[in-house]
Amino acid sequence: MPRITITVDGIKYEEDVEPRLLLVHLLRERLGRTGTPVGCDTSNCGACTVMLDGKSAKSCSVLAVQADGCDVVTIEGLGTNGTNGSMHPMQRAFHEEHALQCGYCTPGMVMAAIDLLRNDPEPSEETIRQGLEGNLCRCTGYCNIVRAVRRGAQEMGRAVNTP
Amino acid sequence: MIPAQFDYVRPGSVAEACRELASDEDAKALAGGQSLLPFLRLRLAYPSKLVDIGRLAELKGVHERGDHVHIGALATHDEVMRSPVVNAGCPLVALAVAQVADPAIRHRGTFGGSLAHADPAGDLPAVALALDAVFVAASEQGEREIPAAAFFVDYLESSLRQGEILAGVRIPKLGAGWGFHYEKFHRTAQAWAIVGVAAAVRRSNGSIAEARIGLTNMGPTPVRAHAAEAALRGAELGDQVRRACAEAAAGTAPPADLHAQPDYRRHLAEVLTGRAVRAAAGAG
Amino acid sequence: MTVQEVGRARRRKEDAKLLTGRTQWTDNLSRPGVLHVMFLRSPMAHARISRIDVSGARDLPGVVAAFSGQDFAGEQGSLPCAWPVTEDIVIPEHPPMAVSEVRYVGEAVACVVATDRYRAADALEAIEVDYEPLPAVVDMRQALADDGPKVHEAGNKAFSMKLTSGDVEAAFRDAPVVIDRTYVQQRLIPSAMEPRAVLVDTDGEAFTIWSATQIPHVLRVMLAVVTGIPEHKLRVIAPDVGGGFGSKLQVTAEEVLLLLLARRLGKPVKWLETRSEGNLTVHHGRDQIQHVRLAADADGRIRALRVDLLADMGAYLMLLTPGVPTLGAQMCNAIYKMDAYEFACTGVFTTKMPTDAYRGAGRPEATFVIERVMDELAAEIGVDPVEVRRRNWIRHDEFPFTTISGLTYDSGNYEAATERALSLFGYDKLRAEQNDRRDRGDPVQLGIGVSTYTEMCGLAPSRLLGAANFGAGGWEHASVRMLATGKVEVATGTTPHGQGHVTAWSQIVADALGVPFEDVAVLHGDTAIVPKGMDTYGSRSLAVGGVAVVRACEKVRDKARRLAAHLMECSPDDLEFEAGTFTVRGTESRRTIQELANAAFTAHDLPDGVEARLDSDATFDPENFSFPHGTHLCAVEVDTETGMVRIRSYVAVDDIGKVINPLIVDGQLHGGIAQGIAQALFEEAVYDADGNLLTTTMADYLLPSAADLPDFALDRTESPATSNPLGVKGVGEAGTIASTPAVVNAVVDALRPRGVRDIQMPCTPERVWRALAAQEREGGQG
Repeated sequence: MPRITITVDGIKYEEDVEPRLLLVHLLRERLGRTGTPVGCDTSNCGACTVMLDGKSAKSCSVLAVQADGCDVVTIEGLGTNGTNGSMHPMQRAFHEEHALQCGYCTPGMVMAAIDLLRNDPEPSEETIRQGLEGNLCRCTGYCNIVRAVRRGAQEMGRAVNTP
Repeated sequence: MIPAQFDYVRPGSVAEACRELASDEDAKALAGGQSLLPFLRLRLAYPSKLVDIGRLAELKGVHERGDHVHIGALATHDEVMRSPVVNAGCPLVALAVAQVADPAIRHRGTFGGSLAHADPAGDLPAVALALDAVFVAASEQGEREIPAAAFFVDYLESSLRQGEILAGVRIPKLGAGWGFHYEKFHRTAQAWAIVGVAAAVRRSNGSIAEARIGLTNMGPTPVRAHAAEAALRGAELGDQVRRACAEAAAGTAPPADLHAQPDYRRHLAEVLTGRAVRAAAGAG
Repeated sequence: MTVQEVGRARRRKEDAKLLTGRTQWTDNLSRPGVLHVMFLRSPMAHARISRIDVSGARDLPGVVAAFSGQDFAGEQGSLPCAWPVTEDIVIPEHPPMAVSEVRYVGEAVACVVATDRYRAADALEAIEVDYEPLPAVVDMRQALADDGPKVHEAGNKAFSMKLTSGDVEAAFRDAPVVIDRTYVQQRLIPSAMEPRAVLVDTDGEAFTIWSATQIPHVLRVMLAVVTGIPEHKLRVIAPDVGGGFGSKLQVTAEEVLLLLLARRLGKPVKWLETRSEGNLTVHHGRDQIQHVRLAADADGRIRALRVDLLADMGAYLMLLTPGVPTLGAQMCNAIYKMDAYEFACTGVFTTKMPTDAYRGAGRPEATFVIERVMDELAAEIGVDPVEVRRRNWIRHDEFPFTTISGLTYDSGNYEAATERALSLFGYDKLRAEQNDRRDRGDPVQLGIGVSTYTEMCGLAPSRLLGAANFGAGGWEHASVRMLATGKVEVATGTTPHGQGHVTAWSQIVADALGVPFEDVAVLHGDTAIVPKGMDTYGSRSLAVGGVAVVRACEKVRDKARRLAAHLMECSPDDLEFEAGTFTVRGTESRRTIQELANAAFTAHDLPDGVEARLDSDATFDPENFSFPHGTHLCAVEVDTETGMVRIRSYVAVDDIGKVINPLIVDGQLHGGIAQGIAQALFEEAVYDADGNLLTTTMADYLLPSAADLPDFALDRTESPATSNPLGVKGVGEAGTIASTPAVVNAVVDALRPRGVRDIQMPCTPERVWRALAAQEREGGQG
């Protein structure tokens, strides 16, 4: 069984994995990161999206062995933890704009939202909608998600610009 | 769902990878895995072994090479889409690759993997065909060049032989005066193209001097719209171009599936070719 | 002076855990030693199982057990149908695991229990099954033919029912205008983002069932009935549930089988559905053929309406399967006045996944039929579609109004909602642009669609449910308890799975008891914590469950008043209650409700007849349904060369009565509208002639992403419901019910000058193109 090292939310792990083990199952079932859910088996829904070496990736379509040596950030590693910990500006924006209902797509949606700002920190509505095309939500009709991403972008821009 | 068991190797060189693949006909190369993983999860494929070529530096990167651009097989869609070399040297590739799947998949999915998968519904095969790309196949014996026209053999089947991997693709640069457009027609942003049209057009004095047109999902392989290309030579923008584009589906055998019947695909090919040619010619 | 909580756009209490991944989806839960279950499913639509051998699976590493249907035959019972809509309805046996015959692709035929899912998935492939094929039955009309193949021995007709009001024959006789159309409601896959999951643990005697369900309370009763395990030995928990839309309003084969497996093995067992498994086996929605005839005067006044439905039940009748289409009986007449009405419905068995409730459940189908045919009437008499509705709808001064189908609408103002919607939409300007594009022969044509819907929700008055042969009541329960420290705990019988009950109920309680919003906790979804409840569906939670919360709060307040009077030595009538404080009128003497809660806890000095603790509970049974309504307007651009439809703008003005939290209300409408649009344009569960589902993955069953939908412009008018003290109506399904016909009306409106008068849903580019091509061949109509 291949042994891999992987950093998840800042913690380094060494794990022996079956070659076929999916990254999302490593995260959920071995490393306790149940914040990242699975919604489909064809990489359409995007619920399992995480940051893999700083870029969004669908963790259901990556083998754990492929992530050997990589750095993974899940929804659980975004803000500072603890009940009094602060959320990432994008998480806060989703809360403020009521951009989630059942919340199942939310971890992936937040990751996709943060990712799209890497290349376009001030996205138009169209850019936002295109940037989220790989993440499905069944509850919100996306209206408030689009608003949240815009708000999150503003907050993140402010955070960057504040000395 | 969960893939069936397979062995896994991560060779340190292209030669070693080719050796692994040559010695086991049920072994498969794994690059980004964005096409392969869903297949494995649905148990539509049962490879004995995955040969992970994903870290081979020799296959990475995008390179300016004078009269062509060399795109390493492992260059990700995202990398290709943002590459200044690609945007300057072969903009049609940049336009099409930006429409492949979604951002997260473009981060992992590779240019070479997508082409080697040889899915006629994929966006890149028709582009490679339209641009007369040259596929560079590596094996233990060395490298072999395959012209795009000979690369796509059948549905999900390329002319790569056992023990060969796609090392990279050479995209010839077209000179000044060429315009480009990729017209993708799909029902939702996530859906595969019902039909796609890759067009490269050279204009001269208000008419089309030369056109190259590749069609997505109009047969078991990507196809060139040769009849339309011929008819477009010398056509003036307007009615002449429209009539020429009406030849776009000639000789094609488009599939019937959930999203479209062949006659509708033929119709779309004609309409979309007209749009792609006009857009490539800078005529909106 | 405290701020009133009801009506405020409070951000949700539910969000923090969902946003940070600290969730309790059923698949996130485990028990020590848990075993994983996977099901082998029939690849045949209809076949006899001639041989099944699970021994190959049993021998594989990690496999604990493997069973076929025969192994459960003595104990698995039959999955329940709680809504036998007619006396002579045929309810076939529905074994959770097929024993001798399969009747749809995906029906479970065997299962494997293993130490982990990877081993279980491998073992499934070692099970051998021989099938003896039987003919598939996929077409409802063919299914009803006398000599065709049968799904069940008793035949393919499940039931037939008819409701008649007024003299329909007379109304149609000599009617100047008669419209006769047939519409198809395609089959849909609900597609909640969270797949189903079940975990069962046992201590050897009692069982705890965690399930991704909307109905823990109903499920507990039904599991007891189906398996014979005493109800008091069953505890059902719906932890965090990731969407339902009706699809988790079910008693499923997997829930029953996991319970039986836990009993048999004495170990905790868990099952997680994969999406492709779910597309096959989560109950589907819609699937009707609708024959509608409408008789009208020359000026467009409706004389009579006749609706005749064929409703595809699928292979079996599940929890509410036959009831869903029959909800149309009361709804097809919608907001319109008429002299006579007839509704008939026949339920048909086919070899497909059973249908059941999907967002709207019967009302979207009914609304579609009437709102589509109103547009046809408008076209027939050459009047604007809004005007023809105006000529027929119930005027606001006519409420309460008893409709031709027998419901009494308590309140509404169709004029106000419509006027507001027209103005927000810029109706006249868009009509002008439409004419301009028509005149220019623009290849991109503009279409405008309207839907002036109403619906019945707030399910439901128990006596009416009884009259409709529904197997349960429609009441809801709440208990409200003030804790020793003055905080409040509410237990609600509703079971939210995205709706925001925790936030909304907190707002209600904050106002009712004068406590801070933050001081209220809301518990739900566990039959041990909330012993009484009827769960969440049919837009009932607020209009029934929210009212139960109000009632419980009133009782708590009454008790607090008696205690306050006792402690301050006055008459209860001398006390004023404001912002959580009882004050003796005209004095400085006061007690806060928190102080009273503590006094009730210490119980040192209680008046006679007042028990310790400041708490109470209440059960509310509504007197009537509630009737949200509104006007939705949609503008589409149709590319006549490719057939592609793009929504350009969408306006919805809804009247859902009083609003507790506008943020949540808008969210419900956004999502509902998106699902309705998706039915109109994108989604369809497709079976081939052999009964194979072709749309088994999200790559084939097209759900819209953000890139496929526009923003929606929303506004509200408000006619409070008179049937409950909150004045609320319910909003969970309104958007879905309203939007589908608005979109299809818009598509048809764009193409009507070319002779097109219907496009079957979903209005795919290919269907639009074919409709145009057919008209061109026939020479069109101007």
